[in-house]
Amino acid sequence: MTERVPGFSTLAIHAGAQPDPTTGARATPIYQTTSFVFDDVDHAASLFGLQTFGNIYTRIGNPTTAVLEERVAALEGGTAGLAVASGHAAQVLAMQSLMTPGDEFVASKNLYGGSINQFNHAFKSFGWNVVWADPSDIGTFERAVTPKTKAIFAESIANPGGVITDIEAVSAVAKRAGVPLIIDNTLATPYLCKPIDYGADIVIHSLTKFLGGHGNSIGGMIVDAGTFNWSREGRYPMLSAPRPEYNGIVLHETFGNFAFAIACRVLGLRDLGAALSPFNSFLILTGTETLPLRMQRHVDNTKIVTEYLAKHSKVAWVSYPGLPGDRYHALAEKYCPKGAGSVFTFGLKGGYDAGVKLVSNVKLFSHLANFGDTRSLIIHPASTTHRQLTDEQRVQAGAGPDVVRLSIGLEDPADIIADLEEGLATA
Amino acid sequence: MNHDTYADTYIRGILNTVKTIAMVGVSPKENRPSYFAFKYLLERGYAMIPVNPGQAGKELLGRKVYARLADIPEPVDMVDIFRASQHVPPVVEEALALQPHPQVIWMQLGIRSDEAAAKAEAAGLKVVMNRCPKIEYGRLSSEISWMGVNSRTLSSKRAPPGKGLQRMSLNRATMSGGSVEASDRAQKDGG
Ligand SMILES: Cc1ncc(COP(=O)(O)O)c(C=O)c1O
Repeated sequence: MTERVPGFSTLAIHAGAQPDPTTGARATPIYQTTSFVFDDVDHAASLFGLQTFGNIYTRIGNPTTAVLEERVAALEGGTAGLAVASGHAAQVLAMQSLMTPGDEFVASKNLYGGSINQFNHAFKSFGWNVVWADPSDIGTFERAVTPKTKAIFAESIANPGGVITDIEAVSAVAKRAGVPLIIDNTLATPYLCKPIDYGADIVIHSLTKFLGGHGNSIGGMIVDAGTFNWSREGRYPMLSAPRPEYNGIVLHETFGNFAFAIACRVLGLRDLGAALSPFNSFLILTGTETLPLRMQRHVDNTKIVTEYLAKHSKVAWVSYPGLPGDRYHALAEKYCPKGAGSVFTFGLKGGYDAGVKLVSNVKLFSHLANFGDTRSLIIHPASTTHRQLTDEQRVQAGAGPDVVRLSIGLEDPADIIADLEEGLATA
Repeated sequence: MNHDTYADTYIRGILNTVKTIAMVGVSPKENRPSYFAFKYLLERGYAMIPVNPGQAGKELLGRKVYARLADIPEPVDMVDIFRASQHVPPVVEEALALQPHPQVIWMQLGIRSDEAAAKAEAAGLKVVMNRCPKIEYGRLSSEISWMGVNSRTLSSKRAPPGKGLQRMSLNRATMSGGSVEASDRAQKDGG
């Protein structure tokens, strides 16, 4: 009696969206409103008590944003989503639902630099203590777990590219430890990799990147896989203890396999306030409709560009798991067989000065600190994002003097290569 | 019949047909899931009948509470069971002693008794196990989508609004909209 499950491209266009019930509008309208009227006091009471489904105030939920939440949840194979103001906000809210001061979490040391900062400084000031592990040695995750560990965090394809996490192996560590595995799937998107299939319990996104895809909106997402038994573990009071904020209800018992997403919304988002604007939700939602087409083109172009660079006389090395011979090639074939993303780094034989010349002389690539845009992007970390670090710290962060990071866009590959060719001639 | 998954048409058919629902084991405490489901279904227009021996004779949200199914003076379309799985068979026995029979036995999320289900089905009743009618109503009407929940339904048809503000009707033409296999597997393994 099972029904046909639609494919990824169909979900990317339709999941969560339906013609507007009163106007028939086919595109999802932008519900640009702070608040929603109640039918009567009983209706208001039911909404505030979480006894019925509906909208109260856009800090807690909004119908445009809800379409985006359901869309991404469906694409990831999760039970529910929560969209928030940025990828960083998603990380704060997900962790806040799990951690109390003095707790620990284990995180892969190969993460977006901003996440490393967030974990080392902001999270420490909340008393959430990060313990770092090395994704190239799964034993380091196992050894980092203590009785205080509440979660394990890693990126599927780690920023700035080049490292693929063995999600299944890390998930086995999380299961033995009885803690949820959180995977930041920003660089891969569910088109290239679905972490829930490999044991992730929570998926995080910076929607700012490929899901929005057009470089026009900051946003973040938390997806609940509905796989973790919060009540059995009993170590997550936000989910398994009576909540004084809501008249003593227990969220896991009340909301079952989407309780984590609800906790992040009705406790985390309500109290910490990092809500996404409905206008941003609309722009990102439009981006999601073409996600499969764009991602395929991103990885097709990246294959051509990495093969070109690998043969270039001024290039010392290219770190891209899609290339045969790369140390992460086998993991890339397993976790993202369609392509290892479109963000990667390469090294210039000419070192620091060559990097500065390249970014200065390209005319199609944009010199900026983002990735996952329709446009091709370039950055020389040593002279920009990582400038304030010591030489030693830069090398450790994969931002040595010779390193250039590219995010390959959707332009004609011949034009991308011609621009690199001209830039490299000066480098 | 397979009780691991249910087609949306099966669930929608049940929720669209039944009018009187006896909820066995409903709690009078406002913070309990059974109270939530009772209130939600009452607000959606179902004639809800609370059954709880400890509360017999009292009222729950204006509805008279009965001690047992046999005490209910009117026919019941569906019996919704909010009791642990081991307590389900005697409740189903009671339901099958009612004249006329209810059309549906529904066991709440986390509750399953294949033995009781087989008996009810042999007597011609429809059975749903390990589901919440509130969540299923929310999912099939799309009301639950406002909470960012994956309703697992898709539709290009305009959904008719329900009665009242922020209410959606069950009369929506939908197709299946994606699966949550990992969660289904985890519920099965983890109990
Ligand atoms: C992998 C990854 N996670 C999270 C973030 C943070 O996202 P946002 O900038 O939307 O806060 C980024 C941003 O670059 C990222 O690359």
